[in-house]
Amino acid sequence: MGVRDKNTIMDEMAIKRALTRIAHEIIEKNKGVDNVVLIGIRRRGGPLAYRLAERIEAIEGINVPVGILDITLYRDDLTTLASQPLVHRTEVNFNINHKTIVLVDDVLYTGRTVRAAMDALMDLGRPKSIQLAVLVDRGHRELPIKADFIGKNVPTSKQENIAVLVQELDGDDKVIIQEIIGDS
Amino acid sequence: MKFNRKDLLGMRELSREEIQLILDTAIPMKDVIKRDIKKVPTLRGKAMVTVFYENSTRTRTSFEIAGKYLSADTVNLAISSSSVQKGESLRDTIKTIEVMGFDLMVMRHSMSGTPQYVARNTSMSVINAGDGQHEHPTQALLDMYSIRESKGTLEGLKVAIVGDILHSRVARSNIYGLSKFGCEIRVVGPSTLIPPEVERMGVKAYYSMEQALRDVDVINVLRIQRERQEAGLFPSLDEYANMYMLSNRHLKYAKEDVLVLHPGPMNRGVEISSEVAEGSHSVINEQVTNGVAVRMALLFLMMGGSKDEIAG
Repeated sequence: MGVRDKNTIMDEMAIKRALTRIAHEIIEKNKGVDNVVLIGIRRRGGPLAYRLAERIEAIEGINVPVGILDITLYRDDLTTLASQPLVHRTEVNFNINHKTIVLVDDVLYTGRTVRAAMDALMDLGRPKSIQLAVLVDRGHRELPIKADFIGKNVPTSKQENIAVLVQELDGDDKVIIQEIIGDS
Repeated sequence: MKFNRKDLLGMRELSREEIQLILDTAIPMKDVIKRDIKKVPTLRGKAMVTVFYENSTRTRTSFEIAGKYLSADTVNLAISSSSVQKGESLRDTIKTIEVMGFDLMVMRHSMSGTPQYVARNTSMSVINAGDGQHEHPTQALLDMYSIRESKGTLEGLKVAIVGDILHSRVARSNIYGLSKFGCEIRVVGPSTLIPPEVERMGVKAYYSMEQALRDVDVINVLRIQRERQEAGLFPSLDEYANMYMLSNRHLKYAKEDVLVLHPGPMNRGVEISSEVAEGSHSVINEQVTNGVAVRMALLFLMMGGSKDEIAG
Protein backbone atom coordinates (compact mmCIF):
# COMPACT_ATOMS: atom_id res chain seq x y z
CA MET A 1 0.00 0.00 0.00
CA GLY A 2 1.34 3.42 -0.95
CA VAL A 3 0.26 7.00 -1.36
CA ARG A 4 0.33 9.42 -4.27
CA ASP A 5 0.43 13.19 -3.74
CA LYS A 6 -2.65 14.86 -5.19
CA ASN A 7 -2.21 18.50 -4.32
CA THR A 8 -0.94 20.95 -1.77
CA ILE A 9 -3.78 22.46 0.21
CA MET A 10 -1.73 24.72 2.48
CA ASP A 11 1.67 26.23 1.80
CA GLU A 12 4.07 27.88 4.23
CA MET A 13 2.24 31.22 4.17
CA ALA A 14 -1.17 29.63 4.64
CA ILE A 15 0.08 27.66 7.66
CA LYS A 16 1.63 30.81 9.12
CA ARG A 17 -1.59 32.80 8.74
CA ALA A 18 -3.71 29.98 10.17
CA LEU A 19 -1.50 29.68 13.25
CA THR A 20 -1.52 33.45 13.76
CA ARG A 21 -5.32 33.48 13.61
CA ILE A 22 -5.58 30.52 16.01
CA ALA A 23 -3.24 32.29 18.44
CA HIS A 24 -5.58 35.33 18.40
CA GLU A 25 -8.62 33.10 18.86
CA ILE A 26 -7.08 31.33 21.85
CA ILE A 27 -6.39 34.68 23.50
CA GLU A 28 -9.86 35.99 22.68
CA LYS A 29 -11.78 32.92 23.81
CA ASN A 30 -9.91 32.73 27.12
CA LYS A 31 -9.85 36.51 27.70
CA GLY A 32 -6.07 36.46 27.89
CA VAL A 33 -3.76 33.54 28.54
CA ASP A 34 -3.04 33.83 32.28
CA ASN A 35 -4.26 30.32 33.00
CA VAL A 36 -3.60 28.76 29.59
CA VAL A 37 -1.06 26.03 28.80
CA LEU A 38 -0.40 24.45 25.41
CA ILE A 39 0.14 20.72 25.02
CA GLY A 40 1.09 19.28 21.65
CA ILE A 41 0.37 15.68 20.72
CA ARG A 42 3.45 13.86 19.48
CA ARG A 43 4.74 14.15 16.90
CA ARG A 44 3.57 17.08 14.78
CA GLY A 45 1.41 18.66 17.44
CA GLY A 46 4.63 19.44 19.33
CA PRO A 47 6.20 21.91 16.88
CA LEU A 48 2.77 23.44 16.22
CA ALA A 49 2.25 24.05 19.94
CA TYR A 50 5.63 25.78 20.22
CA ARG A 51 4.79 28.00 17.24
CA LEU A 52 1.45 28.98 18.77
CA ALA A 53 3.27 29.85 22.01
CA GLU A 54 5.66 32.13 20.08
CA ARG A 55 2.78 33.95 18.46
CA ILE A 56 0.88 34.31 21.72
CA GLU A 57 3.99 35.77 23.31
CA ALA A 58 4.39 38.21 20.42
CA ILE A 59 0.80 39.37 20.86
CA GLU A 60 0.30 39.28 24.62
CA GLY A 61 3.86 39.37 25.95
CA ILE A 62 3.17 36.31 28.05
CA ASN A 63 5.22 33.13 27.89
CA VAL A 64 2.74 30.26 27.85
CA PRO A 65 4.06 26.88 29.10
CA VAL A 66 4.30 24.20 26.40
CA GLY A 67 4.27 20.44 26.94
CA ILE A 68 4.45 17.39 24.70
CA LEU A 69 2.14 14.43 25.13
CA ASP A 70 2.91 10.90 23.92
CA ILE A 71 -0.35 8.97 23.68
CA THR A 72 0.96 5.55 22.64
CA LEU A 73 0.11 3.93 25.97
CA TYR A 74 -3.47 5.25 25.70
CA ARG A 75 -4.30 4.13 22.17
CA ASP A 76 -7.27 1.84 21.62
CA ASP A 77 -5.92 0.23 18.47
CA LEU A 78 -2.68 -1.36 19.64
CA THR A 79 -3.91 -4.91 19.14
CA THR A 80 -5.03 -4.22 15.57
CA LEU A 81 -1.96 -2.36 14.35
CA ALA A 82 0.36 -4.30 12.08
CA SER A 83 3.45 -2.71 13.53
CA GLN A 84 3.97 -1.56 17.06
CA PRO A 85 4.44 2.16 17.53
CA LEU A 86 7.42 3.33 19.55
CA VAL A 87 6.69 4.70 22.98
CA HIS A 88 8.23 8.11 23.60
CA ARG A 89 8.36 10.34 26.62
CA THR A 90 5.62 12.67 27.70
CA GLU A 91 7.23 15.99 28.55
CA VAL A 92 4.83 18.04 30.62
CA ASN A 93 7.08 19.65 33.20
CA PHE A 94 4.45 21.78 34.89
CA ASN A 95 1.38 21.18 36.99
CA ILE A 96 -1.81 21.02 34.90
CA ASN A 97 -4.23 21.16 37.84
CA HIS A 98 -6.84 23.93 37.38
CA LYS A 99 -5.27 24.98 34.06
CA THR A 100 -7.02 25.63 30.78
CA ILE A 101 -5.26 23.24 28.43
CA VAL A 102 -5.20 23.85 24.71
CA LEU A 103 -4.44 20.49 23.13
CA VAL A 104 -2.68 20.92 19.78
CA ASP A 105 -2.54 18.42 16.92
CA ASP A 106 -1.95 18.56 13.18
CA VAL A 107 -5.00 16.69 11.86
CA LEU A 108 -8.39 15.92 13.41
CA TYR A 109 -9.89 12.79 11.81
CA THR A 110 -11.67 10.01 13.72
CA GLY A 111 -11.21 11.70 17.09
CA ARG A 112 -9.56 8.64 18.62
CA THR A 113 -6.21 10.35 19.10
CA VAL A 114 -7.90 13.19 20.97
CA ARG A 115 -9.82 10.70 23.12
CA ALA A 116 -6.52 9.01 24.03
CA ALA A 117 -4.90 12.38 24.68
CA MET A 118 -7.66 13.42 27.07
CA ASP A 119 -7.30 10.16 29.01
CA ALA A 120 -3.54 10.71 29.18
CA LEU A 121 -4.06 14.26 30.49
CA MET A 122 -6.46 13.09 33.20
CA ASP A 123 -3.70 10.80 34.50
CA LEU A 124 -1.39 13.80 34.80
CA GLY A 125 -3.76 15.94 36.83
CA ARG A 126 -7.13 17.65 36.88
CA PRO A 127 -7.28 20.52 34.41
CA LYS A 128 -10.03 23.14 34.64
CA SER A 129 -10.90 22.59 31.00
CA ILE A 130 -9.47 21.19 27.78
CA GLN A 131 -9.78 22.90 24.39
CA LEU A 132 -8.65 21.55 21.05
CA ALA A 133 -6.68 23.30 18.31
CA VAL A 134 -5.90 21.57 14.99
CA LEU A 135 -4.29 22.73 11.79
CA VAL A 136 -6.62 20.62 9.61
CA ASP A 137 -10.05 19.15 10.29
CA ARG A 138 -10.73 16.50 7.67
CA GLY A 139 -14.06 15.17 9.00
CA HIS A 140 -15.11 11.49 9.42
CA ARG A 141 -15.41 11.63 13.21
CA GLU A 142 -16.07 8.33 14.99
CA LEU A 143 -16.41 9.87 18.46
CA PRO A 144 -18.32 12.91 19.74
CA ILE A 145 -15.34 15.28 19.62
CA LYS A 146 -14.99 18.67 17.97
CA ALA A 147 -12.22 21.23 17.68
CA ASP A 148 -12.38 24.70 19.23
CA PHE A 149 -9.77 26.19 16.88
CA ILE A 150 -9.34 25.03 13.28
CA GLY A 151 -6.73 26.13 10.75
CA LYS A 152 -8.57 24.76 7.74
CA ASN A 153 -11.57 22.54 7.13
CA VAL A 154 -10.78 20.04 4.39
CA PRO A 155 -13.50 17.73 3.10
CA THR A 156 -11.83 14.38 2.33
CA SER A 157 -12.75 10.85 1.43
CA LYS A 158 -11.49 7.92 3.49
CA GLN A 159 -9.40 6.85 0.50
CA GLU A 160 -7.34 9.97 0.99
CA ASN A 161 -4.62 10.85 3.45
CA ILE A 162 -3.67 14.26 4.81
CA ALA A 163 0.06 14.73 5.31
CA VAL A 164 1.19 17.69 7.38
CA LEU A 165 4.85 18.57 6.98
CA VAL A 166 6.56 20.86 9.47
CA GLN A 167 9.93 22.53 9.14
CA GLU A 168 11.17 21.16 12.50
CA LEU A 169 10.66 17.50 11.57
CA ASP A 170 10.28 17.39 7.80
CA GLY A 171 12.32 20.36 6.57
CA ASP A 172 9.31 21.90 4.88
CA ASP A 173 6.00 23.55 5.81
CA LYS A 174 2.99 22.31 3.86
CA VAL A 175 -0.18 20.27 3.96
CA ILE A 176 -0.67 17.76 1.17
CA ILE A 177 -3.67 15.70 0.25
CA GLN A 178 -2.67 12.21 -0.85
CA GLU A 179 -4.47 9.34 -2.50
CA ILE A 180 -4.06 5.93 -0.91
CA ILE A 181 -3.25 3.44 -3.66
CA GLY A 182 -2.77 -0.32 -3.76
CA ASP A 183 -4.70 -3.21 -2.23
CA SER A 184 -6.64 -1.72 0.62
CA MET B 1 12.02 -1.55 14.58
CA LYS B 2 9.59 -4.03 15.98
CA PHE B 3 10.01 -6.55 18.77
CA ASN B 4 9.20 -9.71 16.95
CA ARG B 5 9.53 -12.38 19.59
CA LYS B 6 7.00 -14.60 21.28
CA ASP B 7 9.42 -15.28 24.16
CA LEU B 8 12.33 -13.71 25.95
CA LEU B 9 14.56 -16.54 27.05
CA GLY B 10 18.06 -15.12 27.11
CA MET B 11 20.35 -12.24 26.21
CA ARG B 12 22.36 -14.48 23.93
CA GLU B 13 19.76 -14.49 21.16
CA LEU B 14 18.83 -10.79 21.39
CA SER B 15 20.26 -8.44 18.80
CA ARG B 16 21.82 -5.13 19.68
CA GLU B 17 18.83 -3.39 18.05
CA GLU B 18 16.33 -5.37 20.11
CA ILE B 19 18.18 -4.52 23.30
CA GLN B 20 18.21 -0.86 22.32
CA LEU B 21 14.47 -0.92 21.62
CA ILE B 22 13.77 -2.42 25.05
CA LEU B 23 15.99 0.12 26.83
CA ASP B 24 14.50 3.04 24.85
CA THR B 25 10.97 1.91 25.63
CA ALA B 26 11.87 1.70 29.33
CA ILE B 27 12.58 5.46 29.49
CA PRO B 28 8.93 6.59 29.16
CA MET B 29 7.93 3.65 31.38
CA LYS B 30 10.13 5.01 34.15
CA ASP B 31 8.32 8.34 33.79
CA VAL B 32 5.03 6.52 34.44
CA ILE B 33 6.42 5.03 37.68
CA LYS B 34 7.34 8.50 38.91
CA ARG B 35 3.91 10.03 38.30
CA ASP B 36 1.21 10.51 40.91
CA ILE B 37 -1.09 8.24 38.91
CA LYS B 38 1.10 5.24 38.22
CA LYS B 39 -1.09 3.49 35.69
CA VAL B 40 -1.62 3.47 31.95
CA PRO B 41 -4.36 1.47 30.22
CA THR B 42 -2.29 -0.06 27.45
CA LEU B 43 -2.44 -3.74 28.53
CA ARG B 44 -6.07 -3.64 29.67
CA GLY B 45 -7.60 -7.05 29.00
CA LYS B 46 -4.27 -8.89 28.99
CA ALA B 47 -3.39 -11.43 31.65
CA MET B 48 -0.04 -12.59 32.94
CA VAL B 49 1.08 -15.09 35.52
CA THR B 50 4.33 -15.40 37.42
CA VAL B 51 5.43 -18.97 38.10
CA PHE B 52 8.47 -19.20 40.35
CA TYR B 53 9.88 -22.59 41.23
CA GLU B 54 12.68 -20.82 43.11
CA ASN B 55 12.45 -18.18 45.80
CA SER B 56 12.37 -14.57 44.82
CA THR B 57 10.93 -11.40 46.18
CA ARG B 58 12.25 -8.58 44.09
CA THR B 59 12.04 -10.15 40.63
CA ARG B 60 8.55 -11.55 41.15
CA THR B 61 7.24 -8.37 42.77
CA SER B 62 8.88 -6.30 40.07
CA PHE B 63 7.13 -8.23 37.29
CA GLU B 64 3.85 -8.12 39.15
CA ILE B 65 3.85 -4.37 39.69
CA ALA B 66 5.13 -3.76 36.15
CA GLY B 67 2.10 -5.62 34.81
CA LYS B 68 -0.23 -3.72 37.13
CA TYR B 69 1.16 -0.30 36.13
CA LEU B 70 0.27 -1.24 32.55
CA SER B 71 -3.24 -2.45 33.54
CA ALA B 72 -2.61 -6.15 32.81
CA ASP B 73 -4.24 -8.60 35.18
CA THR B 74 -1.47 -10.22 37.16
CA VAL B 75 -1.57 -13.48 39.07
CA ASN B 76 1.17 -15.12 41.11
CA LEU B 77 1.24 -18.87 41.26
CA ALA B 78 2.64 -19.96 44.60
CA ILE B 79 4.32 -23.24 43.81
CA SER B 80 4.65 -24.23 47.46
CA SER B 81 0.85 -24.30 47.84
CA SER B 82 -0.01 -25.55 44.34
CA SER B 83 -0.79 -28.86 42.71
CA VAL B 84 2.90 -29.25 41.97
CA GLN B 85 3.12 -30.45 45.55
CA LYS B 86 0.52 -33.11 44.67
CA GLY B 87 2.76 -34.45 41.94
CA GLU B 88 1.45 -32.59 38.87
CA SER B 89 3.95 -32.53 36.03
CA LEU B 90 5.39 -29.27 34.74
CA ARG B 91 3.75 -29.82 31.38
CA ASP B 92 0.31 -30.29 32.90
CA THR B 93 0.74 -27.25 35.13
CA ILE B 94 1.64 -25.12 32.12
CA LYS B 95 -1.27 -26.45 30.05
CA THR B 96 -3.68 -25.70 32.89
CA ILE B 97 -2.43 -22.13 33.13
CA GLU B 98 -2.59 -21.71 29.36
CA VAL B 99 -6.22 -22.74 29.05
CA MET B 100 -7.20 -20.24 31.73
CA GLY B 101 -6.43 -17.64 29.07
CA PHE B 102 -3.16 -16.12 30.18
CA ASP B 103 -1.23 -14.26 27.51
CA LEU B 104 2.17 -14.35 29.14
CA MET B 105 4.05 -16.34 31.74
CA VAL B 106 7.05 -15.22 33.72
CA MET B 107 9.02 -18.22 34.85
CA ARG B 108 11.88 -18.97 37.20
CA HIS B 109 13.23 -22.48 37.61
CA SER B 110 16.29 -23.98 39.26
CA MET B 111 16.96 -26.16 36.23
CA SER B 112 18.66 -24.54 33.26
CA GLY B 113 16.60 -24.76 30.08
CA THR B 114 13.17 -25.12 31.70
CA PRO B 115 11.71 -21.85 30.31
CA GLN B 116 12.96 -22.87 26.87
CA TYR B 117 11.15 -26.20 27.19
CA VAL B 118 7.99 -24.48 28.38
CA ALA B 119 8.13 -21.88 25.59
CA ARG B 120 8.20 -24.64 22.97
CA ASN B 121 5.15 -26.27 24.50
CA THR B 122 2.77 -23.37 24.97
CA SER B 123 1.15 -20.64 22.95
CA MET B 124 1.69 -18.18 25.81
CA SER B 125 4.62 -15.79 25.67
CA VAL B 126 7.32 -16.84 28.12
CA ILE B 127 9.80 -14.60 29.90
CA ASN B 128 12.73 -16.28 31.60
CA ALA B 129 13.13 -14.79 35.08
CA GLY B 130 16.17 -16.94 35.80
CA ASP B 131 16.87 -20.56 34.90
CA GLY B 132 19.47 -22.40 36.94
CA GLN B 133 22.97 -21.20 36.17
CA HIS B 134 22.05 -20.28 32.61
CA GLU B 135 20.45 -16.87 32.05
CA HIS B 136 18.55 -14.07 33.79
CA PRO B 137 17.90 -11.71 30.89
CA THR B 138 15.76 -9.08 32.65
CA GLN B 139 18.47 -8.58 35.29
CA ALA B 140 21.01 -7.93 32.53
CA LEU B 141 18.61 -5.54 30.82
CA LEU B 142 18.05 -3.53 33.99
CA ASP B 143 21.80 -3.48 34.67
CA MET B 144 22.37 -2.20 31.14
CA TYR B 145 19.62 0.39 31.55
CA SER B 146 21.18 1.61 34.81
CA ILE B 147 24.63 1.83 33.23
CA ARG B 148 23.36 3.65 30.15
CA GLU B 149 21.32 6.05 32.27
CA SER B 150 24.36 7.06 34.32
CA LYS B 151 27.07 6.91 31.65
CA GLY B 152 24.98 8.08 28.69
CA THR B 153 26.16 5.11 26.62
CA LEU B 154 27.15 1.47 26.84
CA GLU B 155 29.60 1.68 23.99
CA GLY B 156 33.14 0.63 24.82
CA LEU B 157 32.84 0.76 28.63
CA LYS B 158 35.11 -1.29 30.86
CA VAL B 159 32.96 -3.45 33.12
CA ALA B 160 34.18 -5.71 35.93
CA ILE B 161 31.93 -8.47 37.25
CA VAL B 162 33.01 -9.56 40.72
CA GLY B 163 32.35 -12.77 42.61
CA ASP B 164 30.77 -16.11 41.92
CA ILE B 165 30.89 -16.23 38.13
CA LEU B 166 30.55 -20.01 38.08
CA HIS B 167 27.01 -20.15 39.46
CA SER B 168 25.83 -16.82 38.16
CA ARG B 169 23.15 -16.51 35.51
CA VAL B 170 23.34 -12.75 36.09
CA ALA B 171 26.99 -12.76 35.01
CA ARG B 172 26.26 -14.85 31.95
CA SER B 173 23.39 -12.65 30.77
CA ASN B 174 25.40 -9.49 31.42
CA ILE B 175 28.33 -10.84 29.42
CA TYR B 176 26.10 -11.72 26.45
CA GLY B 177 24.37 -8.35 26.55
CA LEU B 178 27.30 -6.02 27.20
CA SER B 179 29.56 -7.68 24.66
CA LYS B 180 27.08 -6.66 21.94
CA PHE B 181 27.96 -3.04 22.74
CA GLY B 182 31.71 -3.44 22.53
CA CYS B 183 32.28 -3.37 26.28
CA GLU B 184 35.53 -4.70 27.69
CA ILE B 185 34.33 -7.23 30.24
CA ARG B 186 36.45 -8.56 33.08
CA VAL B 187 35.46 -11.18 35.61
CA VAL B 188 37.20 -11.47 38.96
CA GLY B 189 36.94 -13.84 41.89
CA PRO B 190 38.58 -16.90 43.45
CA SER B 191 39.78 -19.29 40.76
CA THR B 192 37.36 -21.95 42.00
CA LEU B 193 34.45 -19.63 41.15
CA ILE B 194 35.68 -18.66 37.69
CA PRO B 195 34.82 -21.35 35.14
CA PRO B 196 37.82 -22.04 32.89
CA GLU B 197 35.72 -21.71 29.73
CA VAL B 198 34.61 -18.16 30.59
CA GLU B 199 37.31 -16.57 28.45
CA ARG B 200 35.70 -18.20 25.43
CA MET B 201 32.80 -15.78 25.96
CA GLY B 202 35.19 -12.95 25.14
CA VAL B 203 35.89 -11.82 28.70
CA LYS B 204 39.15 -11.67 30.62
CA ALA B 205 39.50 -13.52 33.92
CA TYR B 206 41.33 -11.94 36.88
CA TYR B 207 42.06 -13.22 40.36
CA SER B 208 43.22 -9.95 41.88
CA MET B 209 40.82 -7.09 42.62
CA GLU B 210 43.53 -4.49 42.11
CA GLN B 211 44.28 -5.67 38.58
CA ALA B 212 40.68 -6.33 37.61
CA LEU B 213 39.34 -2.98 38.74
CA ARG B 214 42.07 -0.86 37.16
CA ASP B 215 40.36 1.95 35.18
CA VAL B 216 36.94 0.31 35.03
CA ASP B 217 33.77 2.36 34.45
CA VAL B 218 31.43 -0.11 36.09
CA ILE B 219 31.70 -2.73 38.85
CA ASN B 220 28.88 -5.26 39.02
CA VAL B 221 29.09 -7.17 42.32
CA LEU B 222 27.43 -10.58 42.39
CA ARG B 223 25.76 -12.11 45.37
CA ILE B 224 27.57 -14.97 47.06
CA GLN B 225 24.88 -17.60 46.87
CA ARG B 226 25.20 -19.29 50.22
CA GLU B 227 22.75 -21.97 49.07
CA ARG B 228 25.17 -22.96 46.30
CA GLN B 229 28.34 -23.01 48.38
CA GLU B 230 28.08 -26.48 49.84
CA ALA B 231 30.81 -27.75 47.52
CA GLY B 232 33.38 -25.83 49.54
CA LEU B 233 34.73 -23.73 46.70
CA PHE B 234 36.25 -21.28 49.15
CA PRO B 235 37.30 -21.86 52.74
CA SER B 236 34.88 -19.50 54.51
CA LEU B 237 32.82 -16.38 54.00
CA ASP B 238 35.36 -14.42 56.07
CA GLU B 239 38.16 -15.54 53.83
CA TYR B 240 36.17 -14.59 50.78
CA ALA B 241 35.37 -11.18 52.23
CA ASN B 242 39.03 -10.53 53.03
CA MET B 243 40.00 -10.82 49.40
CA TYR B 244 36.97 -9.99 47.28
CA MET B 245 34.54 -7.90 49.29
CA LEU B 246 34.19 -4.61 47.39
CA SER B 247 35.14 -1.86 49.81
CA ASN B 248 36.21 1.77 49.53
CA ARG B 249 39.89 0.85 49.26
CA HIS B 250 39.14 -0.95 45.97
CA LEU B 251 37.30 1.94 44.38
CA LYS B 252 40.45 4.00 44.00
CA TYR B 253 41.75 1.54 41.38
CA ALA B 254 38.73 2.24 39.21
CA LYS B 255 37.79 5.40 37.32
CA GLU B 256 36.83 8.32 39.50
CA ASP B 257 33.18 8.16 38.41
CA VAL B 258 32.91 4.37 38.66
CA LEU B 259 29.41 2.99 38.98
CA VAL B 260 28.67 0.18 41.46
CA LEU B 261 25.86 -2.29 40.77
CA HIS B 262 24.52 -5.25 42.72
CA PRO B 263 21.55 -7.39 41.68
CA GLY B 264 20.43 -7.92 45.27
CA PRO B 265 19.74 -9.25 47.77
CA MET B 266 23.03 -8.09 49.30
CA ASN B 267 25.14 -9.94 51.80
CA ARG B 268 26.66 -6.88 53.41
CA GLY B 269 30.12 -7.62 54.71
CA VAL B 270 30.54 -10.60 52.39
CA GLU B 271 30.65 -9.43 48.77
CA ILE B 272 30.11 -5.72 49.36
CA SER B 273 30.77 -3.39 52.27
CA SER B 274 27.99 -1.25 53.65
CA GLU B 275 29.88 1.95 52.94
CA VAL B 276 30.14 1.09 49.23
CA ALA B 277 26.53 -0.06 49.06
CA GLU B 278 25.38 3.24 50.56
CA GLY B 279 28.08 5.33 48.91
CA SER B 280 27.91 7.88 46.11
CA HIS B 281 29.00 5.41 43.40
CA SER B 282 26.22 2.96 44.16
CA VAL B 283 23.06 2.81 42.02
CA ILE B 284 21.77 -0.30 43.77
CA ASN B 285 18.42 1.22 44.74
CA GLU B 286 17.98 2.86 41.36
CA GLN B 287 18.49 -0.57 39.78
CA VAL B 288 15.32 -1.78 41.49
CA THR B 289 13.25 1.08 40.02
CA ASN B 290 14.87 0.53 36.64
CA GLY B 291 13.97 -3.15 36.88
CA VAL B 292 10.29 -2.27 37.00
CA ALA B 293 10.68 0.12 34.03
CA VAL B 294 12.54 -2.45 31.92
CA ARG B 295 9.96 -5.14 32.70
CA MET B 296 7.14 -2.74 31.79
CA ALA B 297 8.88 -2.15 28.47
CA LEU B 298 9.14 -5.88 27.82
CA LEU B 299 5.56 -6.63 28.79
CA PHE B 300 4.39 -3.82 26.52
CA LEU B 301 6.52 -5.00 23.62
CA MET B 302 5.47 -8.64 24.04
CA MET B 303 1.77 -8.25 24.84
CA GLY B 304 0.98 -4.87 23.29
CA GLY B 305 1.09 -5.91 19.66
CA SER B 306 -1.23 -8.12 17.71
CA LYS B 307 -0.93 -11.74 18.75
CA ASP B 308 -1.27 -13.06 15.20
CA GLU B 309 1.61 -10.90 14.13
CA ILE B 310 4.08 -12.17 16.65
CA ALA B 311 3.09 -15.83 16.86
CA GLY B 312 5.74 -18.34 15.93
